[in-house]
Amino acid sequence: MTVVDGPTPVLEVHGITKTFPGVIANEDVDLVLNQGEIHCLLGENGAGKSTLMNVVFGLYQPDHGSMKVRGREVVFSDVNDAIAEGIGMVHQHFQLIPVFTVAENVILGDELTKGALLDIAEARRRIRELGDRYGLRVDPDAKVGDLSVGEQQRVELIKALFREADILILDEPTAVLTPGEVDDFFEVVRNLIAQGKSIIFITHKLREVLAVADRITVLRGGKVAGTADPSSATQQTLANLMVGRDVVFQVEKPPATPGDTVLRVRDLRVEDDRGVLMVNGFSVEVRRGEIYGVAGVEGNGQRELVEALAGMRHKVGGTVEILGSDATKMTPRKITELGVAHIPEDRNKHGLVGSYSIADNMVLNRYNRPPFARRGIRAAGPIDAEATRLVEEFDVRTPGIHVPAETLSGGNQQKVIVARELTGDVQLLLVAQPTRGLDVGSIEFIHKQIIALRDAGAAVFLVSAELDEIMSLSDRIGVLYRGRIVGTYDIADATRERLGYLMATGSEPDAEDVA
Amino acid sequence: MTNGDTPQQNGSGGRASFDVIAWIKSWWNLQPILVPLYALLLSFVVGGVLIALIGVNPFEAYWALLRGAFGSPERLAGTIARSVPYVGSALALAFAFRAGLFNIGAEGQLLAGGITAAWVGTWSFMFDLPGILAVPIILLAGFVGGAMWGGIPGVLRARTGAHEVITTIMLNSIALFMSRWLVNSTDPLILRDTTASVPRTELISPTARLGELADSQPPLHLGVFVMIILCVVVWFVLARTTFGFETITVGSNPHAAHYAGISVSKIIILAMLFSGGFAGLAAASEVAGTSGFFQPGTFAFIGFDGIAIALLARANPIAILPAAFLWGALLKGAPLMQQEADVSIDVVRIIQSMVLLFVAADAIVRYLFRMKGDGGHHIATTSTSWGST
Repeated sequence: MTVVDGPTPVLEVHGITKTFPGVIANEDVDLVLNQGEIHCLLGENGAGKSTLMNVVFGLYQPDHGSMKVRGREVVFSDVNDAIAEGIGMVHQHFQLIPVFTVAENVILGDELTKGALLDIAEARRRIRELGDRYGLRVDPDAKVGDLSVGEQQRVELIKALFREADILILDEPTAVLTPGEVDDFFEVVRNLIAQGKSIIFITHKLREVLAVADRITVLRGGKVAGTADPSSATQQTLANLMVGRDVVFQVEKPPATPGDTVLRVRDLRVEDDRGVLMVNGFSVEVRRGEIYGVAGVEGNGQRELVEALAGMRHKVGGTVEILGSDATKMTPRKITELGVAHIPEDRNKHGLVGSYSIADNMVLNRYNRPPFARRGIRAAGPIDAEATRLVEEFDVRTPGIHVPAETLSGGNQQKVIVARELTGDVQLLLVAQPTRGLDVGSIEFIHKQIIALRDAGAAVFLVSAELDEIMSLSDRIGVLYRGRIVGTYDIADATRERLGYLMATGSEPDAEDVA
Repeated sequence: MTNGDTPQQNGSGGRASFDVIAWIKSWWNLQPILVPLYALLLSFVVGGVLIALIGVNPFEAYWALLRGAFGSPERLAGTIARSVPYVGSALALAFAFRAGLFNIGAEGQLLAGGITAAWVGTWSFMFDLPGILAVPIILLAGFVGGAMWGGIPGVLRARTGAHEVITTIMLNSIALFMSRWLVNSTDPLILRDTTASVPRTELISPTARLGELADSQPPLHLGVFVMIILCVVVWFVLARTTFGFETITVGSNPHAAHYAGISVSKIIILAMLFSGGFAGLAAASEVAGTSGFFQPGTFAFIGFDGIAIALLARANPIAILPAAFLWGALLKGAPLMQQEADVSIDVVRIIQSMVLLFVAADAIVRYLFRMKGDGGHHIATTSTSWGST
C-alpha cells in the first residue's frame, strides 16, 4: 500500500510519561512519525531519548500515555508485541554473537526450521535477497566476529528487516562509524525510505541531523523542548534547543605561540595485546603552547600509541623523549612525575575506579604524595579539601564528594578525570577521545579547559576519532594511518576533505607531499 | 566511611514527631551487616527443619548448642580459643580478596607456617632465649613460612598470569603431603619426635610458648590478642595507608591502578605474601599456644573455613572477629548438642556451609527478605577475579 497524498502517520506517541524511582525519564512526550520520513530524535545524554524508544519498542511500559501504530491503538507488554506490529530497533551496542555466522545471528530468536533442523539455506537466501533490495550486502556465512563495525551494523539492520519491520528505530547508529562509513550508512537509510520504510534516528550529532532528517524533535530533561525543520534549522539553533541556553560552538582560540619541544618521538613501534604491530614507525615533535591533533580512523594504532607514550605499554622499538629525558622505558609513575597528564580513552577502564568515591578518584594520580599522604599514611582532610575545590572549579554535578564515581553520568565522570589531570604542574597533556559520548555542554567545557592549558604553556597531544574535535582544537594535525603519520598539516591548510581522504586511503590524492 | 544508602521512603503515617518505622527502616538499610545476619538466620531455620525431620525438637537441639558454646566460663573460653586460628585464616582470605585475589591456599599456608614455626621452635638457641625474644621469633617463623607458601602463587600470577585459584589448590596438596612426610618419616628421620607415640614434631622451647589464659578445651592462650591486634593492624593498613589504597585499587580496577602508576604485579605479590603470612602466623600461634608441637591434621579445614568467614565478614578485618567467634561457637557447642539431643555434629557443618551458600548467593537472601540490590563490592571483586586478569 503506497500513500502519495499528504503525510500519513505510521506511529503516534501521545502523552508518554515514564518514571523510574526518583527520576522522571519522560514527561508527557508526543511524537509523530510519518510514512516514509526520517525523524531525528535529538537530545543530550540523559534527555530521555533511549527511554522513549524503549517504550516504543515494548521494553518499558509507560506510566501514562498511548501509542497508535498505523492509526490503531496498541499496548505493548513486551518486545514481541512491538515486533509483531512491524517495529524494529538497532541498538547502539550490537546484540550479536561474534562466534555465530551472519545467517545464524539473523535467525536467532526467530529460527526458521525444517522439521527439527534449522533451515539455514532458506535464511541465507532471504538475507541475500534483503541485501540486494536495500543495498545491505554481507556474506551470510561470514562469522560476525570477523566483520567490521559497519558490516555488523548492516547485520543488525538485516535482522530487523528479516522480521519484516517497517518502522525502524536506530539508536545512535553513527557513533561507531568512520566518516566514510557514515556516508555509506546514509545511502542505506535513504534506500530504506525509498522502499517504503519509516525511520526514527536517535543522535546527538548536529551535522548528521541536518544532513539526513526530514523532521527533528528535540528532547531536553525528559520533555519535548521543540521541533525543528532541517531546512531552516542550524547547528546553533539545535544546540541551543538541546542545552537550553546559548552554546559557544567554535571554541575561542587565539593563535598558537609554540615554544621549545616537550615531546619528541622517534620511530616508535608498539604491539597490541595480541602481539600485532599497531604502531609502526611513528615520529612526532610537540612543542609548548601548541595542540597537536592526531586524526585517523579508529583502530589505526591510536590506543596503543597513547598507552605507550604514557608508559602503560611496552615499546618494541623507537625512542620517546619528554622534556629532554629519555622516557622510553619509564613507568607510568615516573612519567607522571615528569609533569605528564593523561586523559585516557576509556574512562571506566582506566580513568576511574568506579567503586571509589569522587574524592579518592580526584587524587588517583597523586594519592601517595603530600599533602594527601605522609610517610605512607593517607590524610583524609587534604584529600577532601582538594576534591571539594575541584568539584566546584570543574562544575562536577554530584550529590557529594563521597559518592562512588560510578553513580555519576558520563559527562561528570569525565569532568572528574579532567579536573584531576589538569591540576598541578602539567607540562604535557596526553588526551584521547576526551569528549566521547558526552553532551554538548560538557564538550564545550572540556574543550575550553584543554585550550586554557595550552595557553598556559603546556604541550597537548590530542587523539580523537571526531574530526570536528580535531579540527576545532588542533594547531597542527597529523593523520595516523596503519600506525604511522602519513601527512601533517597546519590548521590553516587542513580541510575535512583532505583529512578524510588521507584517513581513508593513507595517501594524498595526487601524492605530492608526504611529511 | 558514610553509609551510602539513605532511607528516602518516609513512613506512611508521618504524624508522630519521631517516626519509629523510618528509624527501623534505616536499620534495614544497613545491608552490609544485614545480608550475613539474614543468611545466618535462614541457615538456622533450614537446619532446624532438618533436625525436626529426624524427629528431634530443634529448639532443644539449639538450646544444647547454645549451652555447649556459652554455658559456662570454661565453655566460653573454649569457644574463644576455638575461634582464634580462624581469625588468621579469614584475614588471609580477606586481604587477598581486597587485592582481587582468591587465595584458596590458606590451608597449605597454615601447614607451611605451622611446620616452620614448630621446626624453628626446636632450634637449640631458642631454649636459651627469654620468652620476650623466643615468642616473636616463632611467630615470625610461622609468618615467613606461610608467606613463602603464599608468595609462590603470587609470583606465578604476577609473572606468568597463572591463576591463583589453580596454583593454590595444587600447593595445598603439596603442603599436605609434604608435611605428612616430614613428620611421619622415620627413614630418613626428618622432623619426627621418635620418643612420642604418635607422629609429631619435637616439643618447642618452653620459652617460645604463648601463655595460657584459661584451662579450657581447647586451652585459651595469648594468641587471641595476637589475632585481635593483627585484625586492627590490617584494618588500619587497608583503610589508612597508601599501601592499603594501592591494594584495594588493584583489587577494584587493575587497569586504573596501572594507569595511576601503581605496580600491579608488585601489589599482587605483596598481597599474596601477606595473605599467606597471616595464615602462617595463625598456625604458629596455635603451635606455640596449645600443643607445643606440629601434628599433621591439626589444621584441617581451618583454611577452607576461612573462606566462609571472610565472606561472612565481607572481607572487613574487624568484622572477621565476630564472624570467627560465631564459627568457633558453633564448633564448640556442637558436641553437647550431639550428646543431649542426639543430633550429629555434621548438622552444624551443614549449617555452616549453608551460611556460606546464602552469603555467596546473596540474591536469595535479598529476594526472601525483600531487600534492594547494591552493596557487596568486595564480594563482586571476588567473583570478577575469575574472569578478568
